[in-house]
Amino acid sequence: MKLDSKIPEGPLAEKWTKHKFNLKLVNPANKRKYEVIVVGTGLAGASAAASLAELGYNVKAFCYQDSPRRAHSIAAQGGINAAKNYRNDGDSVFRLFYDTIKGGDYRAREANVHRLAEVSVDIIDQCVAQGVPFAREYGGLLDNRSFGGAQVSRTFYARGQTGQQLLLGAYSALNRQISNGKVKLYTRTEMLDVVVTDGKARGIITRDMVTGKIESHSAHAVLICTGGYSNVFFLSTSAKGCNVTAAWRAHKKGALFGNPCFTQIHPTCIPVSGDHQSKLTLMSESLRNDGRVWVPKTARPGLKAKDAMNIPEAERDYFLERKYPSFGNLVPRDVASRNAKQACDEGRGVGATGLAVFLDFTDAIKRDGRKTIEAKYGNLFDMYQQITGDNPYEAPMMIFPAVHYTMGGLWVDYNLMTNVPGLYALGEANFSDHGANRLGASALMQGLADGYFVIPYTLGDYLANIGWSDKVGTDHPAFKEALEGVSNRINKLLSIKGKKTVDQFHRELGLTMWEYCGMSRSEEGLKKAKKKIQELRAEFWSNVNVLGSNNELNQELEKAGRVADFLELGELMVDDALNRSESCGGHFREESQTPEGEALRQDDKFAYVAAWEYQGDNQPEVLHKEELVFENVKLTQRSYK
Amino acid sequence: MKVTLKVWRQKDAKTKGAFATYPLDHVSTDMSFLEMLDVLNSSLIQKGEDPIHFDHDCREGICGMCSLYINGRPHGPLQTTVCQLHMRTFHDGETITIEPWRAKAFPVIKDLVVDRSAFDRIQQSGGYVSVNTGGVPDANAIPIPKKIADEAFDAATCIGCGACVAACKNASAMLFVSAKVSQFALLPQGKPERKERVEKMVAQMDAEGFGSCTNTKACEAECPKGISVTNIARMNREYFAASLSSYEVPLKGSGD
Repeated sequence: MKLDSKIPEGPLAEKWTKHKFNLKLVNPANKRKYEVIVVGTGLAGASAAASLAELGYNVKAFCYQDSPRRAHSIAAQGGINAAKNYRNDGDSVFRLFYDTIKGGDYRAREANVHRLAEVSVDIIDQCVAQGVPFAREYGGLLDNRSFGGAQVSRTFYARGQTGQQLLLGAYSALNRQISNGKVKLYTRTEMLDVVVTDGKARGIITRDMVTGKIESHSAHAVLICTGGYSNVFFLSTSAKGCNVTAAWRAHKKGALFGNPCFTQIHPTCIPVSGDHQSKLTLMSESLRNDGRVWVPKTARPGLKAKDAMNIPEAERDYFLERKYPSFGNLVPRDVASRNAKQACDEGRGVGATGLAVFLDFTDAIKRDGRKTIEAKYGNLFDMYQQITGDNPYEAPMMIFPAVHYTMGGLWVDYNLMTNVPGLYALGEANFSDHGANRLGASALMQGLADGYFVIPYTLGDYLANIGWSDKVGTDHPAFKEALEGVSNRINKLLSIKGKKTVDQFHRELGLTMWEYCGMSRSEEGLKKAKKKIQELRAEFWSNVNVLGSNNELNQELEKAGRVADFLELGELMVDDALNRSESCGGHFREESQTPEGEALRQDDKFAYVAAWEYQGDNQPEVLHKEELVFENVKLTQRSYK
Repeated sequence: MKVTLKVWRQKDAKTKGAFATYPLDHVSTDMSFLEMLDVLNSSLIQKGEDPIHFDHDCREGICGMCSLYINGRPHGPLQTTVCQLHMRTFHDGETITIEPWRAKAFPVIKDLVVDRSAFDRIQQSGGYVSVNTGGVPDANAIPIPKKIADEAFDAATCIGCGACVAACKNASAMLFVSAKVSQFALLPQGKPERKERVEKMVAQMDAEGFGSCTNTKACEAECPKGISVTNIARMNREYFAASLSSYEVPLKGSGD
């Protein structure tokens, strides 16, 4: 298979403009003859569904939640980047492009990233016009802040709830099109398969989660906007319902999966408190602007936060400040995370589990006063106290890294189309823009860029080329076959009646992934993980216990289907991590380090996108490589010393 | 710690429900309320009993999906979402009663899961600014005083959980609807449609079967995001002004 990224010719800054002109248009009177399916209603899905409906296409939108407003985009806190240069501090489209490519450790496509930086400015305009209440200054203009160690202030924000406000903006645009009759919304509905005939995506199979009804929906194109797969780790900052099922079904129907091992671990999460833990809560990394990270110099098992104050300065190790004097506590997410893990591996972790490090505000409170710290971080401190019961004004916080975002996803070309014609992937569900590591405040930007400003152009080209008559009805045998496959799988899950709950399997998978395919990975560990996952998957299909029937609201059945897919994805992530024996971005291979123990990239061997092709159940997948070409940036090794 | 749970069980919308009692041992004070239910569910499954169904998703207090009525209060004793409630709030040996949101407009789907699609339909009736993607002015073209922007933001933080309705003896949705009406009435972007918007949203709210507001302020007291009842007052003003003056200009037919 030849992977064609369809990157337009010409100078970087002109590619998108020229490409837009070269794309075919659909006659306005014909747009109403086309149907488009959008799966997922987060930032990418809601913005795409609304924008396509505004153009005149008939859209069907699906979400598993009870309302599109619940999508997990809502939980993003920090902000959204845009190259507006409102601060006159030297920002530009090229600088945002450069920072994103470099931040991704040179494993993303130049053309995609430059387009992202270009449309970033339009996103802010669009959201303001929708009535999104961004933070403002006293003069009435928009406020910005520097985020995630960026040298310029290009992040727009709405207190600590930027994701919520942006999602509600996209949700309102979607609502308007629902009321206009151009979008038909299906809530509490899960996509369980995609239907492909003559090599083109033709529709999807869904399950109504209230009645259990399995249904077919046909369309001219299918857009997968279902977010990332962090929940393969069981514990992550994702919502409980986030899953890979839609993307994985697409993968099994022929869509390649790009860079599955690229996951982002966020350093400032609230540590696990016990075996009952069901998810992890992230606290904005802005905390590292004033908080100092430390552990005791020598191991003190079970050290509590309130006793930390008694440890003299000389016996503390501010390890980030010690190892990275110029960046200190503000080193990138992956570096901060890895060093915290290392300290805990050395037995110097704190708290009841030993899996935590301190984040200490004592000096900041002494320097700036409690009031200033309260004004900056009050809501985060409250949240911390709510969850842990400890008061961070009086004793240091305890933090530990957690899985937060997945840069990998369905492989797409420049038009956001997978290698299956008519099947698209937008937002976190695709692999495209963040390379091996995503910058802070860039996830919201990418989701909305794809939905508002890329897909309305690129989808039109495909639809104009195939013509409105190129559609198959749900009575086509391919739909019947897919529908039967979905029903059989559900019946199989219900018939096993084994001894272990779905959550038990999910937790075991998560522990394996975290241990061997988490913050640092080695050939030996990955091989162990592969075997464990295979065994766990075999056990799942013979020993899982799913009660109840299909014809009712059955949350265990929903979870079982998702965990079954995670059990397959997990192995692919391990395979990908094994193949990529370099370290880059969030992917750290212990075999590939500099003499100082930092990540060592190997550009001569691995400057490519790893795109995996499904070969059948329990068969090894085939690797395809898309070589990455860098014409506008020079590849450099990161250094934060 | 040890707790006894009295939980509303209801097979589906049509079947009559009843309370079931579950004793639960070895509850950690660090568990969130929902994690405590996870533990109970896991033991129910091991015994071959149908687990308790409840809505939840983000478990960090922002998606608005969780919706439990605990000891007679929506989201329980604290002014947070139930996913942010921890077992340390309860005492050893306590009996905890868990019910679904109770309102005619929120029919029960199963156990503690209710249908809140009425909220979506209210938003669809007018909770938006009619702009298409593209062709909008620069974000800084219209300055908005910080005070106004902040007030609009306060209203916009509503998570649509429905605690206001569950808290209200009339099952009124006024706080929810007024939060959106306020956000757009305050911002210049919402001004062109403000009259039609409030009329349409109130009409839809009434059509969904929500009750009237009698100013008990129970909604504000229970709202996990602290949405203020001043929004209801603003919505009443908007509605009154709209009813006096909207559609003053008759819509012209296409023949003119």
